[in-house]
Amino acid sequence: MRATTAAAVADTNTGLESWLENFAEFTKTAAGEKLPWLKRLREDAFERFCEVGFPTTHDEDWRFTNVSAIARTEFRPATSTKLGPGDTTAWRVDDVAASLVFVNGRFDLELSKLDRLPKGVTVASLREQIESHPEEVEKHLGRYADTQRDSFVALNTAFIGDGAYVHVARAVVLEAPIYLLYLSTKEDAATVTHPRNLIVAEDEAQVAVIEDYASVGGESAVFSNAVTELIAGESTVAQHYLIEREHLKAFNVSTLRIQQGRSANVSSHSLLLGGGLVRNNVHPVLAGEGGECLINGLFLGTGRQHLDNYMHVEHAAPHCGSRQFYNGILDGQAHGVFHGRIVVHKIAQKTDAKQTNRNLLLSDDAQIDTKPQLEIYADDVKCTHGATIGQIEDNALFYLQSRGISEVEARKLLLMAFAEECVERMQSNVARAHAQRLIGEHLLFTEGIAPQTGTLGRVTERKLEEVG
Amino acid sequence: MSLLEIKNLHVTVDGNEILKGIDLTVNAGEVHSIMGPNGSGKSTLAQVLARRDAYHVTEGSILFEGKDLLEMKPEEAACEGMFLAFQYPVEIPGIGNTYFLRSALNAQRKYRGEEEMDAMDFLPMFREKLKLLEMDDKLMNRSLNEGFSGGEKKRNEILQMAVLEPKLAILDETDSGLDIDALRIVAQGVNSLRSPERAMLVVTHYQRLLNYIVPDFVHVLVDGRIVRSGGKELALELEERGYSWTEHEPVGARA
Repeated sequence: MRATTAAAVADTNTGLESWLENFAEFTKTAAGEKLPWLKRLREDAFERFCEVGFPTTHDEDWRFTNVSAIARTEFRPATSTKLGPGDTTAWRVDDVAASLVFVNGRFDLELSKLDRLPKGVTVASLREQIESHPEEVEKHLGRYADTQRDSFVALNTAFIGDGAYVHVARAVVLEAPIYLLYLSTKEDAATVTHPRNLIVAEDEAQVAVIEDYASVGGESAVFSNAVTELIAGESTVAQHYLIEREHLKAFNVSTLRIQQGRSANVSSHSLLLGGGLVRNNVHPVLAGEGGECLINGLFLGTGRQHLDNYMHVEHAAPHCGSRQFYNGILDGQAHGVFHGRIVVHKIAQKTDAKQTNRNLLLSDDAQIDTKPQLEIYADDVKCTHGATIGQIEDNALFYLQSRGISEVEARKLLLMAFAEECVERMQSNVARAHAQRLIGEHLLFTEGIAPQTGTLGRVTERKLEEVG
Repeated sequence: MSLLEIKNLHVTVDGNEILKGIDLTVNAGEVHSIMGPNGSGKSTLAQVLARRDAYHVTEGSILFEGKDLLEMKPEEAACEGMFLAFQYPVEIPGIGNTYFLRSALNAQRKYRGEEEMDAMDFLPMFREKLKLLEMDDKLMNRSLNEGFSGGEKKRNEILQMAVLEPKLAILDETDSGLDIDALRIVAQGVNSLRSPERAMLVVTHYQRLLNYIVPDFVHVLVDGRIVRSGGKELALELEERGYSWTEHEPVGARA
């Protein structure tokens, strides 16, 4: 029996016992446990997780991010909690096509709104969809997210329970975004959720999904280990937005795996504001000719936040283009990471891949690790990458002040402007307005805006640019 | 009371003394020109007046309408009526021109206890000033100075000055890099702002700009000192003879 093998392995891996216990408990009531394919998917994934355990900083993909705080914490599955509408009004986003609210990982029908959807669009909780239309789910679930390479994905897959299911039929255009809100509440013990989302947009369809993580009530150790699979058919236009704004005790590891068909145009936008330890994996595979992918992100870290962005863009077909733009603003003792990996397969001739990472450090103790990683196996490609690390420019600050704008206000303007570069790339007006509001609120509390004592650091911009 | 009174001003930058005892008095309504060779300290003087903190005043005083300018932050000096048209205007992506200018104007109005201007009141006034500088309002929807040509940047400086209506405007090499058409437009903008209440300090290397903005007084700055002062004819003499003679010939020859 598979579970026995897992148990044997778990014995040698300290810290895995609680996961084994969680898994045994979980499978008793998990949705679709009677479906052989799903049972097997979960068990294989759990076995894989037990084999490899959590990554360490010896692992090249995790060099800059130490997850031992996650590994040594005994997380219990988060229990469902009832929130009144009053608890969630602060999180509401208007003008969306549908909103799904998850409280501690469980879909909450009463807080959700699903009644405005046009024909051809299915939005449901994944749990429901597994129970009502398992054959639709089976076509895609777990086919793309890689449990072999990434043990967090394996762990999530083992615990596939709830999340969002979005299906947009061929040539259906949904202009307003679908809003997914994941709320975690304060608990006495450390808790974990494994949100799993499946977004399928058929050929020529158009869809935008916002995935928003937030906390309600006080702070307690919560771990969101999310995986989203986004499948975009031929000539499909899809946008994905990730927003992380949990409190500073939260761990958030999320993986977005995009599978793009021929001439599909997909964008991933990430906005990391909250969370104590955050890992944001974005992994698009451009699998059809002529595909376009935009990967856009902004991370604002303060205090002791650790915000890691791991991009892995895979060009697996000719004539595809990808653009990565990530801006980071780091203050306090925050640590940011941008890892930009581009893999161009042998078949992917005429690839045009570009990557830019710009960072502002507002304090002496803030830190950024930025690492491009290009693996090119085709011979007719254009790949460029560049990174900058700098401070708020004295010249710009003085220019604004010399017109009568106070130093505090000038700093805020400059940070907003830096953030705005990313916000401007968001195509959805609703998502853009939401992001702007959150950034504005967030910057009000950023220490680096306040005037620094003594003379300002001189402009030191290191420019690391290479064209390959 | 004079608008600006500089006395025995000594300034160092990174430990090097750049200004070595400047005395200068500017009254409301006057246009003064500061001329001098490269590296003589002209731009340093302009930046000190705008309160750039990289410049250290080691001796002397500056009074602006009787108030101690050296106690002011750049934004306070601006709100008191100081304006510097930059030699190299800064490009700031992500901040819209119009938004920036209205924020600046409102910051100054707030400082002076005046009501802030809303977009409805601001825009008609702003359009008038745009016309004065012959500027395309499409430029104003773009980010601050981003992708502007040299001439557009300089015109944008004068536009800001026209909107902010300072008491003392310092033009730091506003003429450099301008073709004759752009120079004419800039000068026209500056001249329209001349008034009995407003003074100007035109910092330039060449006499060319002074054909269009005619100064009341010309001062020659060489190696951190004003070596000669005179009327507008001094500028012409400098154009003909260069700067070197000003250090050697006695000042007594002046009118």
